[in-house]
This record gives sequence, C-alpha cells and structure tokens, in this order.
Amino acid sequence: MNTPRRSARWLGQATLLAAFSLGSVALHAQEMVVSAAASLTNAFQAIGQAFEKTRPGVKVTFNFAASGPLLAQIQQGAPVDVFASADQETMDRAAKAGLLADGTRADFARNTLVLIVPATAVAATTPQTLADLGSATYRRIATGTPSSVPVGRYTVAAVQDAGLAAALAPKWIYGESVRQVLNYVARSEVDAGFVYRTDALIEKDKTRIALTVPTSTPVSYPIAQVATSKNAAVGKDFVAFVRSDAGQRILDGFGFSKP
Amino acid sequence: MLTPLWLTLKVALLATGAAGAVGIALGWWMSQRRFAGKNIVDAMLMLPMVLPPTVLGYYLIVLIGRNGVLGQYLDRWFGINLIFTWQGAVIAASLVSLPLIYKAARAAFEDVDGRFLHAARTLGAGEFEIFARIALPLAVRGIAAGLMLAFARAMGEFGATLMIAGNLPGKTQTLSIAIYDAVQSGNDAQALWLTLVISVVCVVVLVASGRMLQAKH
Repeated sequence: MNTPRRSARWLGQATLLAAFSLGSVALHAQEMVVSAAASLTNAFQAIGQAFEKTRPGVKVTFNFAASGPLLAQIQQGAPVDVFASADQETMDRAAKAGLLADGTRADFARNTLVLIVPATAVAATTPQTLADLGSATYRRIATGTPSSVPVGRYTVAAVQDAGLAAALAPKWIYGESVRQVLNYVARSEVDAGFVYRTDALIEKDKTRIALTVPTSTPVSYPIAQVATSKNAAVGKDFVAFVRSDAGQRILDGFGFSKP
Repeated sequence: MLTPLWLTLKVALLATGAAGAVGIALGWWMSQRRFAGKNIVDAMLMLPMVLPPTVLGYYLIVLIGRNGVLGQYLDRWFGINLIFTWQGAVIAASLVSLPLIYKAARAAFEDVDGRFLHAARTLGAGEFEIFARIALPLAVRGIAAGLMLAFARAMGEFGATLMIAGNLPGKTQTLSIAIYDAVQSGNDAQALWLTLVISVVCVVVLVASGRMLQAKH
C-alpha cells in the first residue's frame, strides 16, 4: 500500500536533482571556445586558467591545431568565439572570408623560427648554417604541411631565400602541426626539423636548437573575435586579457616576445 | 591527381597479400589444433580489429620506429627505416586487415568436413598436401570473402597509416590521407573530387569481387 507514497518521494527527489543540475548549468552558462595555433598550447592553457580565476563562472575550452585546419573549421561553421593563428596569412584569409568581428583583430605575440636536431645527435654533425642541411647526413627534415601549417610556410620561404629549395625538396617530411614536427625530432624519426623557439623549449631534454632561422616576414600572432560568436562580451574580455600585462607575462614565461 | 589512387591500390593489394598469407596459415592452424589458452590467442589475433587504429599506430611506432624495439636494429644493421615510407603503410594496413582474413579462413576451415581430411590422411597424404589440395579448395569461398573485406579495409586505412607513414604527397599520401589533407587546408573542391574517386573505386571492387564469388558458386 505504500507504493504511491514511495513513488511520490522518488518524484520529489528527482525534481530536486533536476533543480540542482539546472542550477549547475546556470553556473557554467558562460562557456567559450578559443581556437588557437598549436604552438600556443601550453601558454594558452596557462592564460585560460588565469582568466577563469578573474571571471568566476566562465569556462574557457581550447581547440588546438595548426592554424589552417582551425580556419577550415570556422569556415564550416564551428561554434568558435576567439581565433588566434600563428601567422598573418591565415588571419588575412579569415578576414577576407568575412569570418572576423570588425575591429577586433590585434597582434599579441612574436616568435622565432629555429632549426632543431635530436638531443642524441652528435655535436660534430649539428648544422651550422641552413646550407649544411644539403649534406647527406640529413636524410629527413621535418616541417609543417605548407598549405595548412604556418611553420611550413615560414620554412619554405626561408629555404627559398637561402636558395636551397631544390636541394632540400626530396628530404621533406610534413607534419600536421608544429607540435608533430617537434615530436618527430624528439623521437629521432627525422634528422632535423623546423619549429618555433617556444616549442623547442618544451622538449629541452630531447631536442637541441642548432640555429635560429631568419624569416623575411616576422613570426607574429594575431588574435580576433569570430563574427558568429554568441559570447562576444566574454570573448572581448579574453582578447583583452591576452593583451594585458598579466597575459603578456604568461606568454613571456613560455618564451614568446612582445608584438 | 591520381597518384594517391595508385598508391592506395598498391598498398591495399600488398597488404591484402601479406595479411592473406599470414591469416590463412593462422586460420588453418587454429582450426586444426587444440591447446591451452587457444581462446587467448584468438583474442590477440582479433585485437587489431577492436583497438583504435591510433593505438595500433602507437604500438607500431614503439616497435618499428627508429628508436623502436625492432626498429633500432633494422636501422643499425640493415639501414632500413620503415617510418615515413609506403612500406610502413603496407605494414599498418596488413595489421588492421589481418583479423578479417584470419577469422574468415578459420571459420571456412572449420566448416570443412573432417572426414575428407581423415580419408586423405589414411591414404597417405602429407599435412601440407591435405591443406593445399583438400582443405583450401573446399574453404576457398569463405577465404575469398575475407580477402575482399580485408582489401576494402586496407584501402580505407587511415589512423595507423598516418602515424606510421605520415602525410608525404607522392610518397605515402594515400587517398584517405589526401582527403583529410584537403579538408584540413580548406580545399573542399579537391576533397570532394577525391571522395568521389574512392567511392567509385570501392563500388567497382565490391561488384567485381561479388561477380567472382558468384562465378565460383
């Protein structure tokens, strides 16, 4: 005979549970998505944590990949609020396609292209100049896929400027992002690779910087809000935080220089 | 433009051949023997079908990478590097398609009436002769179906191949990786074109192999 009473109690508990879960949803109502270049992974995770502390209730979700695929995702309608790429060209393409919110674009950091070798490589065979890569010691050299990964484009331009395009053509191994290139070198699957200085610092034990590669266009990082963003106010605050002294200090700690 | 297609067909054919030789031998062996832990061996052989391809890719890196368990000796003794080569892609594709052939072959061999094998044995046939002249012809339809599925699986292989062979246009860029690459760089027209190519090829392969199987019937 107590069946109806029991079910009434269950109903009450269920209602209470539903109310709680609704409440927690409301607490996390401000969830924003930041698509950022792979080379920003560690720095942006730290920035995200610091930003969340200044804005209780806001949850920043990151989507890290090479800048090209990130742009392609936004083009296909991915719900992204803020986009940070590792080169101006990708951001120019986004602007041209009308994907950016007007007047939100700004440069926030710079980096340097470096040539790294596995830490196990003997000192005598470490390349002193880019031209050394033409020697038979270097059979496989990694960089990003030039069509979609900025580090690949910077590398191609630097190699062309040095007149080495033809000599190095058969040696290229293309990674999906700068971090894959870093991983290839750290695992010694390739003899050398082109990454940013900040990436090399992450694998200090397994890789060694052989030389800094001059680039005709500086490696500079633009950030912008996405036009279709539904969290424009939080997005604006995030961009401002990245450019603020607090944000710049974190970037500096990971080896990025000022824009 | 068609380079990824030829490369895909080459890799899939060689992988089906390699997985076929190993899978048929294992299927025959497992159908004839009884031993402790047979179920465990069976599960291990089926693992490549169940595990995510990225896990297989990682196993292969640990095994045949330049610093890998086997890879370091291949490199030191023979100067062989399998990472970033189409041969590496063949190894990845063979591994993922092996369970399909093994399972089909084992089932087909188990369906062969044991009395035929026993009769041959009493007439003095050797074990290899029994396999090649009696069991194999009787099991050929089941094995052919397994080979067809393996070929299709090898053609579509992506995850382990990308980790082992990388994405080198003209060298290791198979159709599935070329499609991924085109989508990643926002090149939708090329992605669509390659998607149509692989779809048409797969339909042709399936229809052709279906005809072959019916003809045998």
